[in-house]
Amino acid sequence: MNLFLDAFLWLFSPDRLAGANAIPVRLGEHLFFTFFAFLIASAIAVPVGFLIGHTGKGREIAVAVSGAARALPSFGLILLLVMIIGVLQIAPAVTIALVLLAIPSILAGAYSGLEAVDRRTIDAARAVGMTEWQILTKVEIPLGLPLLISGMRSGMLQIVATATLAAYVGLGGLGYDILQGIAIRRYDQTLGGALVVVILALLLDTIFGILEHLVVPRGVRLGRTAGSGEKRTGRGSSRRPGVDGPEQAATASASLVGSGPS
Amino acid sequence: MNWLSNNLDLVLELTIQHLRLAVIPIVLGFIISVPLGYVAYRYRLTRGILLTIAGLLYTIPSLALLIVLPAITGISVFSDLNLIIALTIYAVAIMARSVADALASVDPGVRQAATAMGYSSWRRFWTVEFPLAGPVMLAGLRVVAVSTIALVTVGILVGVESLGYLFTNGFQRRILLEVLTGVVMTMVLALVVDFLLARVGRLVMPWSRPQRASQRQVAAATAEAVL
Repeated sequence: MNLFLDAFLWLFSPDRLAGANAIPVRLGEHLFFTFFAFLIASAIAVPVGFLIGHTGKGREIAVAVSGAARALPSFGLILLLVMIIGVLQIAPAVTIALVLLAIPSILAGAYSGLEAVDRRTIDAARAVGMTEWQILTKVEIPLGLPLLISGMRSGMLQIVATATLAAYVGLGGLGYDILQGIAIRRYDQTLGGALVVVILALLLDTIFGILEHLVVPRGVRLGRTAGSGEKRTGRGSSRRPGVDGPEQAATASASLVGSGPS
Repeated sequence: MNWLSNNLDLVLELTIQHLRLAVIPIVLGFIISVPLGYVAYRYRLTRGILLTIAGLLYTIPSLALLIVLPAITGISVFSDLNLIIALTIYAVAIMARSVADALASVDPGVRQAATAMGYSSWRRFWTVEFPLAGPVMLAGLRVVAVSTIALVTVGILVGVESLGYLFTNGFQRRILLEVLTGVVMTMVLALVVDFLLARVGRLVMPWSRPQRASQRQVAAATAEAVL
């Protein structure tokens, strides 16, 4: 525990608030790149995901892309892009890497959210005379929102984790102290930096977790409470008419796990 | 192409080292996850606790975990063992949930039939529930395998050599082909292992051959599982 004490002493020393390497500065850099990349990734992945979910077209491609993305080593991707785009263009190169890594999770969240909507609900919406646009914006998107947020959550965590590695190419961020500490053999600095990263990741995860619950439409929440007894009967039960064999469930659980830890 | 032809031995050696660093956590993670997943599936209270802990561990960025772990275990940051422990933790974080879901996916009727035939709970687990849960567990294991193989490369930042060595070495020497080789080889390794797992799974679990189901239904299942 002595090591943690040293790390905390390092972390809460007044020096951490001064100069270019101050923790708030590093945190600011980290958050800036994280949110910037997250916004771009969302701006690309959400509309495309909605399109795939609404039309049902292109799903195979999206599944293949997210499968391949899981195998992509994020650190290697950063270095590769920095070398291709140019060592003088580190910030754009890293941003592109972060965006690329976050897209699969967000995309999966967007299209699986829409696909999860009960067909009968959509038929009903069509039957009462809603236009395709109304069905999308008033039925499919609100019902699919929790899954979208869940995808965004994995995407965000992927970005936060990968942004830590970006310190290696000189972008700063919270990874700076970790790598600097390793280089000069100051474990308190390394551990202090790592603890800040852990706290940031857990904090963002919690925020998205809360958000995920908040966006459940009121009607759905009421229905769920009423039918909770039935829901408890388990995953393989009649509550999921779609799952009637292990293979389907296998496919399902394979695609629900985002792009893995990073 | 010059770099590659001169360094084929190095690439091969690193690939083998990479595979070794990945296979141990994948196997360990699976072995640890079976009892944990069972407990999570069997008791509702432990399910909540276990899955919450798994979720939190899964959230920790890899570089940070590699640094924080030694402060708890006392093992050197720069050792292979530290990387293996970190990757095992991630593997368990994904796999325990997968095992719990897999066991829950077994038809309750089959379970009751086994009990009615006089199977003890131990025998029922190994001869009925575990094999029937196999296909879903395999899906989880494939996710674990692929993400573990990709994650091994982060180890190079704490001096553990794998294909990740080609990233840092190639970057420092400004050899694009070297970095590219590292990235491509890591992905190839992940996809080959994934493919092999799928093939072996089909061989040892002939009951897992896909049945016909519409994509919509599969998607609906996916969604509900996440919620």
